[in-house]
Amino acid sequence: MDTSRSYLEPSSFSKKMAAAIIIVYAVITLIPISWMVMTSFKNVDSAISYPPEVLFEPSLEGYVNLFTNRSRQSQEYLDSLPPPENWYEELVRSREMVITGPSKFLGRYSNSMIIGFGSTFASVFLGALAAYAFSRFRVPLKDDLLFFILSTRMFPPIAVAVPIFIMYRKLGLGDTHLGMIILYTVVNLSLAVWLLKGFMDEIPKEYEEAAMIDGYSRLQAFFKVVLPQAMTGIAATAIFCMIFSWNEYAFAVLLTQFNAQTAPPFIPTIIGEGGLDWPAIGAGTTLFLLPVMIFTIILRKHLLRGITFGAVRK
Amino acid sequence: MSQIKIVNLQKSFGDFTAVKNSNLTINDKEFFVLLGPSGCGKTTTLRMIAGLELPTSGEIYLGDEEVGMLRASERDIAFVFQLFALYPHMNVRNNLSFPLKMQGYKKSDIKNRVEEAAKLLRIDHILNSNISSLSGGDRQRVALGRALVRRPKAFLMDEPLGTLDAEFRELMCLELKKLHLDIGATTVYVTHDQLEAMSLADRIAVMDGGEILQADEPNIIYNKPKTKFVASFIGSPGMNFFEVDEGISKDQSFVNIEGTKFNIPKQLEESKGSKNFFGIRPENLTLSNNEGLKGSVFGVEYLGSRKIITVKTSLGEIKVKTDISVNAKLNENVQVKPLNNNIIIFDGETDKSLNSEFIK
Repeated sequence: MDTSRSYLEPSSFSKKMAAAIIIVYAVITLIPISWMVMTSFKNVDSAISYPPEVLFEPSLEGYVNLFTNRSRQSQEYLDSLPPPENWYEELVRSREMVITGPSKFLGRYSNSMIIGFGSTFASVFLGALAAYAFSRFRVPLKDDLLFFILSTRMFPPIAVAVPIFIMYRKLGLGDTHLGMIILYTVVNLSLAVWLLKGFMDEIPKEYEEAAMIDGYSRLQAFFKVVLPQAMTGIAATAIFCMIFSWNEYAFAVLLTQFNAQTAPPFIPTIIGEGGLDWPAIGAGTTLFLLPVMIFTIILRKHLLRGITFGAVRK
Repeated sequence: MSQIKIVNLQKSFGDFTAVKNSNLTINDKEFFVLLGPSGCGKTTTLRMIAGLELPTSGEIYLGDEEVGMLRASERDIAFVFQLFALYPHMNVRNNLSFPLKMQGYKKSDIKNRVEEAAKLLRIDHILNSNISSLSGGDRQRVALGRALVRRPKAFLMDEPLGTLDAEFRELMCLELKKLHLDIGATTVYVTHDQLEAMSLADRIAVMDGGEILQADEPNIIYNKPKTKFVASFIGSPGMNFFEVDEGISKDQSFVNIEGTKFNIPKQLEESKGSKNFFGIRPENLTLSNNEGLKGSVFGVEYLGSRKIITVKTSLGEIKVKTDISVNAKLNENVQVKPLNNNIIIFDGETDKSLNSEFIK
């Protein structure tokens, strides 16, 4: 019998089982994503061909269509033009079209960035201050207030869409970056307060007491001593907030049209000739996926530790 | 460096009074220990001196200045925490420079001061280490260093050796004492460990239930306790008490208990009631075959050169600290007699010791 193995260590069979389950799960989750990425590299015809093409000739048509506006022209007109200056013009002309200008995608994308990061920063910053206060001070009605904060998550945010729509119109916040940042911050804040309070509770109060005795004010001690130690929680909270505000669709459709429209309501409206331009939509969603992916990978280490919600401290 | 004075200090948390009407004067350059069981208010007192708690009433003077309501950062004192509270996201050097940075010293000055303190505490070789890689003793030294670099008016320490293991604690105890002799700073030190208190303190204040019962030099605390609690808390094991159902009059010099004559120091004060307590230290008792209180041996503990014999008598359990050569077997019938008249009588009503020739 093999006695070198600890009884606490899983057997090699259960390890293999675990690996198999994880692989199956990974494949299931990755199929739609890889389908989306593949679609973004197809041309309009192969994207909707039946049976679906798994092997195909890659094309950047989707990306070109995503970033440009085009118009169809007659062959005579195209022949009268000087030769195309670059590869994407050539690609567009091969489809009997000319580029008439850049599309709105970049603008929508940067709206998403501004609103996503703005509301994430605001949620985490305000959440950290509130969580610290709840964690350290004798706040009157503390438990009731915490429950009240949590209760804002007990209904789907869209349930209050109509009142918010009317309020935003009266306040002039409709279709503005500030309005969307405020809205997403409001939705995320309760999560941020609750998550961060758990992390703050884990930090012994002696640290900031030491800093205060060392001559720092409470606010300085908070920034110099408490926040660095709450990094794990801040990273985890930031990711949750970022994912929500980045992906949010319903409010974005309702409250934004031109100025502050984010990418989610814009992408599905990319219409080609005679139907939806699936490669362009695929390209849009693929690019849309990247920032959250990069953000999560950067904060990955903290997230893994943070997801145990401070159950284990170094 | 400064004198610390506490006047009528009181602290309540809701209905609970943690510190009752306390008065203390801690002299300049003194090593002062607040000693007591947990929950006696010693840490609360220390935290009020530090400014981490605000007093409910009363005054705290640091030098000539009344600081009771000032913020901790405005008091110029240093605090060493039981769990050290070293900032884990900074290395040793940054931990030590942290208090100096706030005071706006030049970079070169900070560097010099940090290195000076590190040398004094023999941690100059780990200045660039991470806190998490340090041993308990080194963390303790860094915590002391962080207090030291600022050259504050006073050092406050809250059980700083509490988390170290026994061997290390003794070593750090010696180092602390030496450090205090070197820099001669006013120090207030909180502990529940009487041995630590005895070996470190110039003076000790024994606290219980939020009150300061006695503040004196260690030998006076040991030999002339003012209350029954002080007598039982100090000493290992603590003092033996026998209840006597008779009043003690002035000039009385002996008492008969259960047929045994106990000589007592000439009393200068009479007791208030008819129920009083005799206090005898275990080392002032011995075993005898023919005289003294009758009882049977209940337990024997060896302490190297001495042994503690617990004898069950009609007056309760009595601890006797004797020479190792004294033989006692479990359940053996023995008699316990006093070696001398080194006895303190505590008034049954007030728990305070009565004045006698021995204790005035």
